[in-house]
Amino acid sequence: MRVAGMTDALTLLSFGSEGWGDEIARGTLITVSLALASLPFGLVIGFVVALGKKSEEPSLRTAANIYTTIFRGLPELLTLFMVYYGVQILLNKIYQVFVPDGFVDVNAFVAGMVALSVVFSAYASEAFLSAFRGIKQGQYEGGYALGLRRGQTLRLIIFPQLIRLALPALGNLWLILLKETALISVIGLDDILRWSGIAARVTKEPFLFFGAACLIYLLLAMISSIGLTWIRTWAQRGEGLR
Amino acid sequence: MSLQDPRDAVQLPPPVLPRGWSGTRVTGHVLVALWAVAGAYLLYYLASNVFSSFVANYWDDYVDGVVITIQLVVISIVLGALLSLPVALARSSRNIVLSSLAYAYVYFFRGTPLLAQTFLIYYGAGSFQPLFSDLGIWWFFRDAWYCAVFAFTLNTSAYQAEILRGAVQNIDKGQWEAAAALGIRKGVTFWKVILPQAMIVALRPYGNELILLIKGSAIASIITIYDLMGETRRAYSRSYDFQAYIWAAVLYLIVVETLRRIWDKLETRLTRHLKRNG
Repeated sequence: MRVAGMTDALTLLSFGSEGWGDEIARGTLITVSLALASLPFGLVIGFVVALGKKSEEPSLRTAANIYTTIFRGLPELLTLFMVYYGVQILLNKIYQVFVPDGFVDVNAFVAGMVALSVVFSAYASEAFLSAFRGIKQGQYEGGYALGLRRGQTLRLIIFPQLIRLALPALGNLWLILLKETALISVIGLDDILRWSGIAARVTKEPFLFFGAACLIYLLLAMISSIGLTWIRTWAQRGEGLR
Repeated sequence: MSLQDPRDAVQLPPPVLPRGWSGTRVTGHVLVALWAVAGAYLLYYLASNVFSSFVANYWDDYVDGVVITIQLVVISIVLGALLSLPVALARSSRNIVLSSLAYAYVYFFRGTPLLAQTFLIYYGAGSFQPLFSDLGIWWFFRDAWYCAVFAFTLNTSAYQAEILRGAVQNIDKGQWEAAAALGIRKGVTFWKVILPQAMIVALRPYGNELILLIKGSAIASIITIYDLMGETRRAYSRSYDFQAYIWAAVLYLIVVETLRRIWDKLETRLTRHLKRNG
């Protein structure tokens, strides 16, 4: 094995039949869409779990805390394998009740989405919880004094402030989520890392392709940071008026 | 004998009203009950499998796996801590070249997935085989174990450098000035005045980093290291028995939870002089 020269490297990374550029670009698309698809589920579950954690009802708090303890304590890779194989076994058991010799195959993308959303939600619930703590009790009381119901107070008064407070932590979680998608390559989804691995094996240029993969992840992180800064300024646009 | 003045009577708080079975309370109890059933079933499942052939065949492997995981994490954390010191120093240095190099290092290792870094080091080293052979360091990069330790060390050193830098910057400038006023040299000030205070601030992030590395170390299994995750995957591929993953989950949870609790205790103990009661 040897290190590719500059022109060789550019040929290998180019789009078209000679290079691996288009395959890796497709992998990047998979990575980004997996992260984007997991995000809304993770946010919603995380918010609901955070509501449970800040509840006055001790049993609800316990239930929510068990959830976060489990999914923050397990390695993401293990969660992924458990979802991928466990759901497959479970679904097949259910399916075989109806169709004796049937077999269902679990989609790697869906398995990855479920695992990543669950892990994301466990961390997001902590982010929401600390944001909830930053909102004073008077905000709720003010809402009730205006005659708003609990749900309305939450939606119209608390939620807009909550998002602003939780944004920095959620932004970090998004960057972590983007990096965690790399694990999906292990269960055979064709993301950036898997295409780089295939290209590295075929061309015998592992450093070039894994280096390129790392740089793509960095690029995604940079684009995200710019986007997050923009969202944060947008969310704080009303603060200058006070 | 005078009658007791009602104003002197002890003011009792109003009696606690009985809590009704509100919707939230019912939901909470149902959820806890579901967890309890799941937990009880898990215990029953594990207990009924303790004497199964799976445990008989693979238990020793699991114990070896836990030991390997702990070794991997401890070595990487310690080496990473050593490496983080120069990185953090360079990062806060006034020399623009030095600080931007350190910034690039930290940004790279925090911005890319640990799995990609591990691949880059383990497989990517193959591109430089002739060079590394000439330098006499090929034995290092040929070995998956050394590569994993190397990748984890570099990764955690970047995170630890940021923790350290943040904690040191957090210390009031007056501490430096007071030490200087006492005629203490800068190096001594750093080690004996600044660092001990910074460590208390950094305790919690360090604990989080340790737990993240334990979880992240599962990645080593992908480059053929038989840590806890590696043993689990091997056991599953041989037996096709899903309990392989259940045992691994239980073991990881025990390790992480124990560590987290020890860390909480440690933090309460080390910061007890900062607490003001009453």
